[in-house]
Amino acid sequence: MATLRSIKRRIASVRSTQQITKAMKMVAAAKLRKAQNQLLSARPYAHELDGVLGHIAGTLRKGSHPLLERRPVKRTLFVVVTSDRGLCGSFNANISRRALQEYAACASQEKAVLVIGRKGYDYLRLREVLIAAHHLDFMHQLQFADAQRIALQLQNGYIQKKYDRILIIYNEFKTAVQQQIVVEQYLPIQPVVSPEVKFPVGFIFEPSPRRILSQLCPLSLNVHIWRILLESSASEHGARMTAMETATENAADMIKELVLYYNKARQAAITKELNEIIGGSEALHG
Amino acid sequence: MDKTYSLEIITPIKVVYREQVIHVKAPGAAGYFGVLHNHAPFLTALKVGIIEVRAPSGLRLFATSGGFCEVMENQMRILVETCEAAEDIDVERARVSRDRALARLQERAENLDYSRAQASLARALNRLEVVNRP
Repeated sequence: MATLRSIKRRIASVRSTQQITKAMKMVAAAKLRKAQNQLLSARPYAHELDGVLGHIAGTLRKGSHPLLERRPVKRTLFVVVTSDRGLCGSFNANISRRALQEYAACASQEKAVLVIGRKGYDYLRLREVLIAAHHLDFMHQLQFADAQRIALQLQNGYIQKKYDRILIIYNEFKTAVQQQIVVEQYLPIQPVVSPEVKFPVGFIFEPSPRRILSQLCPLSLNVHIWRILLESSASEHGARMTAMETATENAADMIKELVLYYNKARQAAITKELNEIIGGSEALHG
Repeated sequence: MDKTYSLEIITPIKVVYREQVIHVKAPGAAGYFGVLHNHAPFLTALKVGIIEVRAPSGLRLFATSGGFCEVMENQMRILVETCEAAEDIDVERARVSRDRALARLQERAENLDYSRAQASLARALNRLEVVNRP
């Protein structure tokens, strides 16, 4: 049986771990709130922008903009958005595994992956996957310029015909305790042409539709990446908060068990001592 | 009573304005334009300039740095990178950035990003103008 002292030490160690996970949970909660606010304010803009793009693309014929052009798919690029830091449950494992599945299932002649986030990079570079590029260590302080940089790289890849299709795999933020992995086509742009909005004749464009498109497409792509980074970041903090919450609870359970065990051991030790004393005194009388 | 239609001004940071309005004047790519009730469907790029909104509750001014504007079925959506109400503008900051941009343009440095400095100047001047308007 473990000695009383070693059990006591165990309890202390679990307790200090619990304190750490509790603190991490609080930090994650604060960061989540910030990320969530940012995300919720970016969503309407992204949504409306897609709407405008859909309207204008509905009036135009094919070949109006290189980023809208659809080519036979020979080369596919997967963009995988993960986090830089761990301790967020199965967040990174899930998305990396899903990326691997999609990659394996893809029938293109050539395929490659662009990884965002250190955790995904560490996972995927050890697998049989061609990594075209990676972007690490900027998730803790997201800036629009980061999104722009990545979007530009992707657009150039598409225009230079390095890739015929670009898919993004990321975690969409549902609630603090729920994320959903989404696979979305990034390029070519698929305008959302809503069927219920009847397209009016005589839409006035200023300047020409083509000119507007050439401004609108890159902007929409930048905002798209920006939104995805925010989604992923909010999801990450949510996942971490949940994971740390669970860890704290588990630690509490463990402490409870250890305390019980400790008390039993203490009682057993006292009983044993008593027995010894009684046995000793009886021996004297006898 | 003037007929109203709905206006939304949205930036990547937040929804700046969402209300029923009577008339909007905005800086289109081809010059300022006005929109009243039952305007024809219209899509335009916006330049740096001032958005003037006339609502039943009164007149409001916003400084914007450009974006897009769509009018469809009595709904006007203005999607811009930045949009500040006249009363929210930090005059001191606008002045500083105006002076900085001017200084940069006058320096004629080798590595000067001319269009960027000019755009920055235009934004600063625009902010100051919207504040100084009666």
